[in-house]
Amino acid sequence: MQVSVQEKLKILADAAKYDVSCSSSGNSRSNSGGGIGNAVAAGICHSFTDDGRCISLFKILMTNHCIYDCAYCINRRTNDRPRAAFAVQEIVDLTINFYRRNYIEGLFLSSGVIKSPDYTMERMMLVAKKLRTEERYRGYIHLKAIPGASPELIAEAGQYADRMSVNIEIPTELQLKKLAPEKDYLSVLQPMNQISEGIQSYKEERKKFQRVPPFTPAGQSTQLIVGATPESDREILQLSSNFYHQQKLKRVYYSGYLPVNEHDKRLPAIQSPPLIRENRLYQSDWLMRFYEFSAAEILSPEPPFLDLEVDPKLAYAIRNLHLFPVDINKADYHFILRVPGIGVQSARMIVDARRFRRLTSYHLKKIGVVMKRAQYFITCNELPSRMANWEPERLKSHILAESRIKRRKAGDTQLMLFPPQDSPASVPRQLHFKN
Amino acid sequence: MAYLIYDGTFEGLLSTVFQCYQQKITPTDICREADFQEILFTEKLTVATNEQQAGRVWKALQKKLHQRNRELPFMAFLSGEAGVEMVLYRFVRRLFDTSFSIETDYGDADVLQLKKMERKVLQETSRLLQFVRFQETKDGLYFSPVEPAYDVLPFTIRHFKDRFADQQWLIYDLKRDYGFYYDLKTVREVEISEKTFSRVDGKVKADLLQEQETSYQVLWKNYFDSINIKERRNHKLQRQHMPQRYWKFLPEKSSK
Repeated sequence: MQVSVQEKLKILADAAKYDVSCSSSGNSRSNSGGGIGNAVAAGICHSFTDDGRCISLFKILMTNHCIYDCAYCINRRTNDRPRAAFAVQEIVDLTINFYRRNYIEGLFLSSGVIKSPDYTMERMMLVAKKLRTEERYRGYIHLKAIPGASPELIAEAGQYADRMSVNIEIPTELQLKKLAPEKDYLSVLQPMNQISEGIQSYKEERKKFQRVPPFTPAGQSTQLIVGATPESDREILQLSSNFYHQQKLKRVYYSGYLPVNEHDKRLPAIQSPPLIRENRLYQSDWLMRFYEFSAAEILSPEPPFLDLEVDPKLAYAIRNLHLFPVDINKADYHFILRVPGIGVQSARMIVDARRFRRLTSYHLKKIGVVMKRAQYFITCNELPSRMANWEPERLKSHILAESRIKRRKAGDTQLMLFPPQDSPASVPRQLHFKN
Repeated sequence: MAYLIYDGTFEGLLSTVFQCYQQKITPTDICREADFQEILFTEKLTVATNEQQAGRVWKALQKKLHQRNRELPFMAFLSGEAGVEMVLYRFVRRLFDTSFSIETDYGDADVLQLKKMERKVLQETSRLLQFVRFQETKDGLYFSPVEPAYDVLPFTIRHFKDRFADQQWLIYDLKRDYGFYYDLKTVREVEISEKTFSRVDGKVKADLLQEQETSYQVLWKNYFDSINIKERRNHKLQRQHMPQRYWKFLPEKSSK
């Protein structure tokens, strides 16, 4: 029996790996009543895989059988892959035993759709229910809401889960229709709206009453695939900005498209996943969540894609040179936050420290500001502004060249036998979409 | 002007600060007894640790510091970096001398350095929460060996006591040879004289392990390997988050 669990675990963990989300943050719960587990607000990562991603939650599919045939998904019906399904009790046992050994922070349960969305959702809900009521488990649970499942089931699941998520995957309705003809956009948005309303009313009730049954207290998240469809970065950022502001989502994850189904002609043929683009999107996402940027500021109207060469904050500063230089000793926190090379922590420290003395570039360096980028955009006690008469394009190439020189110096210890060919990296690779 | 020598404990350092105030000494340097190198032509003074004096300094510090910085001097001291004593001494002096709070004066090298040391120690504490791995033994005890860079095990006990309230556990610091044992009611500090586990990587002897323990370790390793996306390999990032010195304690990383 153990052997079969081994096999199933391999198959179903392998199938679950394309879900990016693995955070266990957002909820704090102590372990009252002698059960097992608690939740830590900051979240805890327990391991890191060879690709550098954290393992916080035990991320597993209940089954990788699926009735759908979505072009971008590895578990689509028409793929010839080993299939397996866990029984409810098996997942419960694995979770508890991993948790007791401090391997994991909680459970992340997703599933392919078997029989019907309702049937699948019910079984997933049962796992969470069993963990909470029978095992008295008080650790973290993240449940996927299955699009098309009945509102009652999702409401019940929300009582046991800390976080729920519905994956949008394809940013626009048109493309979703093309790649997943059996799904419709509305069935994805419906559970998302239901969950966000549920959270909203839970928050309001908690202000009025002492004891309210919790409803996904750690909020909800979603995931978008980047690079599988021709959507521009502007569309993607606009969409996630809407999610943050209207649906009050906690996180939007971006997953660089991996060519999992190469035979499908609806998908672009790419050699390697678009990791840099994914990284730039995450940087923009951080700008929206922690740096008080709006989606419109990150991308100006002309180029619909993010600059792959420089990060979005630097790109913003170069486009808006008239807003700089910022005086470190006088400017508002919100303006200091916008300077490239200054992060949230440095900005806070600057604001705290300048009450005692006027800060110089030496202090800034010590505090942790990246002067390599920041020096062009600030004035401080003695530092003359290096802004002088930079043209935006020249400044950009100047900063890029300096970072390149540094990288070259680091690798300069030995002459190369075959000097590297200059690759035209600045020209983004053209993707071809067949209609 | 004098070289002050103390016994290397935090109480010892606080007593030294007390002595400096009482005898009006301006120290050139404060050294641990173990690290002190003989110097000719200077005055040197060995300060005896005095609980009462240390207590008075600590209490005064608590009164003066902001709530979120109450542990700052101790945390920074735990980092054990060279020169931490003088940094702490100057910080304490300045703290007592000024009427306003100087804890956020990051333009001051001492304050900034203390903050950075504290951050290091706090990070080690959270790494402990991440990378503790329990092995279940036949008598139902969950055992975990650890080897933190700084002596931070006591800071994690509250977390583990709350989280694993219904299982007996023992977390043992191999480097400093002490640990904490939870018997379902209270946590006790223990020292094990006869070790039934490896002193190097803390593996419990195979015949003492619970039957299913190894199979769960294999399951976990399988899971760890399957969840990895090969196309996105990034060992540098992995080592950055999970330094190699922890690997020998992790069933998913230690080679068998």
